[in-house]
Amino acid sequence: MNAPFAAAALQPKDFKSGYKPVWCPGCGDYSVLTGVTKALAMLELRPENVAVVSGIGCSSRIPAYTNCYGFHGVHGRALPAATGLKVARPELTVLVASGDGDGYSIGGNHFLHACRRNVDLTYIVMDNHVYGMTKGQPSPTTEPDWRSKLAPGGTGLREFHPLVIALASGANFIARGFSGDPNGLAALIAEAVRHPGFYFLEVLSPCVTFRPEQRGWKEAVHPAPVAPTDDPGRAARRLMTDDGFNIGVLYKGSRAPFTGMAAAPTDSPEDLECLFRL
Amino acid sequence: MPVPSLEDFMSRAYTMELEATERYAQFAEQLDTHNNREVAQLFRKLSEIEALHAKRILEEMGWPSVPALPPAFAWSGAEAPETAPFDSLHYLMQPYHALEIALRCELEAVKYFDDIAAGAAPQRVRAAAKEMADEEREHVALIKQWMKKVPRPAAGWDEDPDPPRIAG
Repeated sequence: MNAPFAAAALQPKDFKSGYKPVWCPGCGDYSVLTGVTKALAMLELRPENVAVVSGIGCSSRIPAYTNCYGFHGVHGRALPAATGLKVARPELTVLVASGDGDGYSIGGNHFLHACRRNVDLTYIVMDNHVYGMTKGQPSPTTEPDWRSKLAPGGTGLREFHPLVIALASGANFIARGFSGDPNGLAALIAEAVRHPGFYFLEVLSPCVTFRPEQRGWKEAVHPAPVAPTDDPGRAARRLMTDDGFNIGVLYKGSRAPFTGMAAAPTDSPEDLECLFRL
Repeated sequence: MPVPSLEDFMSRAYTMELEATERYAQFAEQLDTHNNREVAQLFRKLSEIEALHAKRILEEMGWPSVPALPPAFAWSGAEAPETAPFDSLHYLMQPYHALEIALRCELEAVKYFDDIAAGAAPQRVRAAAKEMADEEREHVALIKQWMKKVPRPAAGWDEDPDPPRIAG
């Protein structure tokens, strides 16, 4: 009997490297890695046509665990590195991986400008509301009353709201996923890659070691009750009243992506030097 | 999701076994990394068993290669019924816990196949689903026997004298 469907070009496992992840057992980031490899297989891409760029932190270890091109960069600086790569090599599919500390604190400014520039990148932020790699300090998305010995009494600071900030900064596509649903994540990542422009995907990815209570997120998440909107005003109202657990595409704009300068500069280095001559 | 043909049904069954194979192998790697070798070895064994089931489906169907699933394919839950969620693990878990996970997965598989066997799919599909459900019931029984041979974890099994978490 024949196989019912044509054999897939590559399987998800074909996008994994030989390095074993060192995340804690139960960590949500394993699921994100599965979502990434499933999405790449679904899109029928090849590892040599994909680059995974990251900063620093648990989540930023992802490039090493794929056999795509990878760049494990400087803390908070994944987005500028990825932006340069995509503009210089537009034929590559560029995924950017980050965490809530790397992406919203150390790299917070780059986040704003990546949203504004709208370069064709898929930005996946694994948000666990804590700095896990450095043993559990509060991050920008940590709740103000979360107490630990490293933050006695809690921070007392209002949480950063990444989706609202992304919208206000010009992000063209905003979605939220959950690591407990790797197949749903794969579908969101595949959609992100297909979408031209900057796609911001926040993934709720529990830290079972420093925030074990986040195991309860699986009961809290729910599909977004309404279809994605392309109206930024409506999206802003929705995101401002969001409970933090709506899953799915939340804003879908249609702004054309930035692809680099319209024409390469024609001035010679000598001409440029003349401009700066006193 | 309707199951229109035997080929479609068997490709789902194959995918279930394959995903379980991969997930148990991932669990084995995770626990190896965290030096919990006894449980890692158990997950590796479970992965090998699921791989044999997957191979048998390919042989029974005479498929020369792995069938690809159509893009619209979706399970009713987050993952295939026999796939344990990533958050099932704890770095101090014991063999009994691993078998509890396996038992839950096998029971989910029984339910999945029973539902198809009792549904409105074509007769050949329902017959195959009944056969699969009976096989999964055998696995349930085997795992229950296996659980009797390993010690039940004592209270406080997850207490770490040098915990990573600095609780407030």
